[in-house]
Formats: sequence, structure tokens, C-alpha cells
Amino acid sequence: MQSHMTLTPEEQQILDGKQGAVLAKVMETLVLYGEAFGATEFVPVNGKGHLVTSFGISVLKPVFSIMDELITAGLRAEGTFTMDPRPLDYDNVPCSFLEKFVFNRVLYGMQRPYEQQLRQLGLQSDQAFSCTCYLDEVGNIPQKGDVLSWAESSAVVYANSVLGARCNRNSGILELFGSILGKVPKFDLLTDEGRRASWVVEIRTSQVPEAQILGSAVGQKVMEAVPYIKGLDIFLGTELNDNAKAYLKDMGAATASNGAVGLYHVANLTPEAAALGEDLILPDARVYVIDDAELARVREGYPNIWKNPNAQPERCFLGCPHLSFAQLEEWETRLSEELRRQGKQKLGLLTILSAAPEVLAHYRAASPDSCARLTGMGAHLTSICPLMYMNNPLCGKKPVITNSNKLRTYTAARYFTDGEITRIAVKGAF
Amino acid sequence: MANQTKTFQGRPVIAGSIEKGEAVVSRQGVNTLASFQKSALLRKKSVICSDQNNPDLYQKELSGKVLCLPQTIGSTTGGMVLYTICSLGIAPKAMLFSESIDSLAAAGVILSEVWTDGTIVAVDRLGDTFLEAVRDGALISVRPDGTVTVEG
Repeated sequence: MQSHMTLTPEEQQILDGKQGAVLAKVMETLVLYGEAFGATEFVPVNGKGHLVTSFGISVLKPVFSIMDELITAGLRAEGTFTMDPRPLDYDNVPCSFLEKFVFNRVLYGMQRPYEQQLRQLGLQSDQAFSCTCYLDEVGNIPQKGDVLSWAESSAVVYANSVLGARCNRNSGILELFGSILGKVPKFDLLTDEGRRASWVVEIRTSQVPEAQILGSAVGQKVMEAVPYIKGLDIFLGTELNDNAKAYLKDMGAATASNGAVGLYHVANLTPEAAALGEDLILPDARVYVIDDAELARVREGYPNIWKNPNAQPERCFLGCPHLSFAQLEEWETRLSEELRRQGKQKLGLLTILSAAPEVLAHYRAASPDSCARLTGMGAHLTSICPLMYMNNPLCGKKPVITNSNKLRTYTAARYFTDGEITRIAVKGAF
Repeated sequence: MANQTKTFQGRPVIAGSIEKGEAVVSRQGVNTLASFQKSALLRKKSVICSDQNNPDLYQKELSGKVLCLPQTIGSTTGGMVLYTICSLGIAPKAMLFSESIDSLAAAGVILSEVWTDGTIVAVDRLGDTFLEAVRDGALISVRPDGTVTVEG
């Protein structure tokens, strides 16, 4: 195969099959991928990997076949990689006998053999299952300028925007191919030009916008373009502290799931915007003004597709993407205050908070009183992916509420703001 | 009265020929995971779009159709989902993009081409006028050079 990309002699040898037929197919895939976007060369990956496909769903047999081909050919990632969250945790996410039957026999029956494949291909550890791999506790933290081969839309947009790493919105499987080859085609968000903004978003709200609705609005408007957001620093400040990072994590996840944003800049806050300012904005950039009315309009567009639209909620999921340590503490404080206000001891709604295994371990060790209060009021702590729980048709039919716009997008779960969730979770009803 | 025929020129990402495939049209970005996951998980013999946020496609059949769209959006499982449904033989026959193809759709059609016996023909950069002209049920022909003809 002849490529339009300029390949090194070794890359051409790989493409020609001199290092095996399977590696040649890996290279062919990445060459075609690069050519589709006008890439002229490969660049080395210099961070750990992160993979999106963490679930052993039986229907993904074609994916497992590729994994088998790679393993049989003796291929594995150059370094290690982290994974998105596991789908199941019966100890902390209650399921009925029938739901377990569907999970075990119909949906995730391939989980164990799939994880065995992942270990053979370079999985970092048995704890390395979180969509927030970039948090300190998990430790897959790219440096500014690092070139990554990641998937998971919320992690990619965080790495690009908040950490200043460089990563395209790679698909599942291709991100593994990049980690195996140790190189990715250079295009789009890996280039200086591709990181410039073609949209300016002006925030003119009366108070700090709900991160999840703001991200939804931005994603729906700009699709895969790069937005430069002005006016958010008025509310978040100019320091990337834990609060700002948590806000940007949740906002970014919504931009990436309600749209296809891989990078955003926030004036005076995110690293490239702080360094380069409005030089990042392309001359013909379009402008999107977001005020209170626009946020209300976006939210009103979310459909209610519960089987019984007037049902009361049965369960609440918080933590899609996974919660940070600071967010776990915040939720405990918020819920404790609301319990006092309503004169109650226990939550009225089954409320499940999801965070990375290492973050939960840190929370239990570093903030034991808060953790005891949170679990004491009846909250459940887990590390699963709520979306994968909702994939079970029996679970997906339940009236579930969430503060995650991503979970709302992919399931029948209804979105409510943090404040609304707090009141509903304690009361147990609307 | 004779049907109107319009011709558009795009860029073939995965070249191929289609003779009079039936169009299904989304004027907003198509969320691949949200659209295809339910039918795939339930192992249906064809895909009925399950994305409640896409009124253009929701509850319409996508398998074997010519999917006309601006781009795909959403989860980075998107390419893997397209590859999987192509392997299962329930993918759209073709994906025709008014804009440049996005990285997830590109991954999906390329994985399908290299790692399966199937093909999802993909043409991008057809322009806004293409999406304005095409309607659900229109008959679409595609040539390997990226020429797309819309009847009806």
C-alpha cells in the first residue's frame, strides 16, 4: 500500500507487512485515518493510554476478535493504559435477581475474558477503571503538550482543555492501535492551527451557569468546533483550583456528549487561553451569546421519555463522569444540610455516587467523617459506569434521575440540577 | 410528473457504488452510540434509531439505508459501534456527510473496511445544499469518485 502520508522507512516496512500481517492492518487503519484528515506524518505518543471500551458486552464479539488477533500476534501497548469504568457492582448498586440474570447472561457475560484480554494488552492495574483517569488519585495525568492516544470523550476534552495535552477525539479500538504503534497521525487537535477557536461563546448569565446545561448548550451549537468561552472566569476565577477543575470536567463532558467538542478554551483560566489569550480566536469566528433565557431554552428541550412520564423517581445517579474527591465532600455537605432542613435522618431516594476506585479509597481514608455521614444517610458509593447500568432494559425502564447531561443523553434518565437533585433525593419524591 | 434529479460532488472517504439506496436524513449531528446501541444490545436484525434527542431519526430504521447527515457526535465509542454493526451486517449501506467527516465516523468506516468483509460507503464534503435537497425516502446513487445523485 502506498500512502499519501510521508512515512519513515520503518513505518513503510510495517505497512508493507514486514513486521507481521496484524501490525500491518493496525498501521493501514491509522494511515487511512490520518489521510482522511490530511495528516502528513505520524508523531510519537508520549503519555499513557486511556481506552473507552471497558465493558464485555457479548454483542461486541467483533471487538474481542480484533483483541485476539492482536494478542496472538504478540502485540501490546508500548506503555500501560487505563480504562473507562466497569459496568457492574452488585455490592453497592442493588439489582434484582432478574436484572442480574440479564447483566450476567445477556449483557456483560464476556466481562472476565475481556478483562483478561486487556491485561495481556497492557492494562495498568485491576483498579485502573475510571473515566476520570486524569485525577491525581488515578495518576494518568498528561503534561501540557503531551501527545495522547486516548478515547472517552469526557477525558479527551479534559486533557486537551484543562491540562493542555494534545489528543484527537479518537474512537474506541483506534486509541489502542495508537498505543500499540506508539504513534498517531498528526492532524486537527495535535496541531497549533487545529486548536484555534472558530466560535466565541459569551457568557452573560446572572449567576454561575449550571455546568451541565452550559456544556450542553455549547455542544449543541458548535458541534465539533473549538469554542473560546468568555465571561466564565467572572464566576470561576482565574485559578485552576479543585472547584474550577470539577466544573470544567462536568461542563466538558456535556460539550462532548451533546456535541462533539474535543477542546474548549476559557478566557483567563485554561492554560492555552491564559498564555495566548484572544490570539487563539480565528478571524472569522462566529459568536454565541448565552444568557439565562438561552440556558432555559436548552433545558426545556430535554425530552421526558420515562415509561410513565408522571412517575416518581426510584433511583438517582451522581458521577457521570466520575466524581472527584472534592465533589464527594461537597455532596455530603449538600445532602447533610438538606436532611437537617427537611428534618430527616435518611435519604428518601436510593442515591448512588460514582467515583474512581482510587478516589473512593482516598475519600474513605482522608475524610472518614464525611464518608461515614454520607453512607450513614443511605447513599451508596460505587465505581461503575451508570450508563452501562442503564443499558440493561430492565434498569433502563426505571424512573432514574441524574445531574449528568451525558447520562441523560444516552439513557432515559431525567436531568435535574444539583440543587433540585439534593431536594428530591432527601424528600424521595418531586 | 418526473422526479427531480440532483447531483452533488463529494470526497470519497470509503469509495464504493450504491444503486438507488433509500435515504434517511438527519439535519443535526447523529449521535452514533445513542442511535445504534439499543438495537445492537438487543441483537435486533435491523437498527431502529433509539436517540430520543434526534427527532429526524428517532424510531426510524437505519440498517441498509443511505444515512445523510452533517457529522456524527457524542461518545468516542462511536467508531467501534459502527464497526460492530457493520460486522453484524446491520449497518447503513452508506453514510453521506454534508460537512467534512468527523474522527469517530471516519474510524468506524475505516475499521469496517480494514477489519471486516463489509463496507460502509462514505462520502463527505457534499455541502449544505445536499442536506437541504435530500428527503427521507429519496433514492440515492453513489459512484466511487464521490458523485452522489438524489432522485425524488
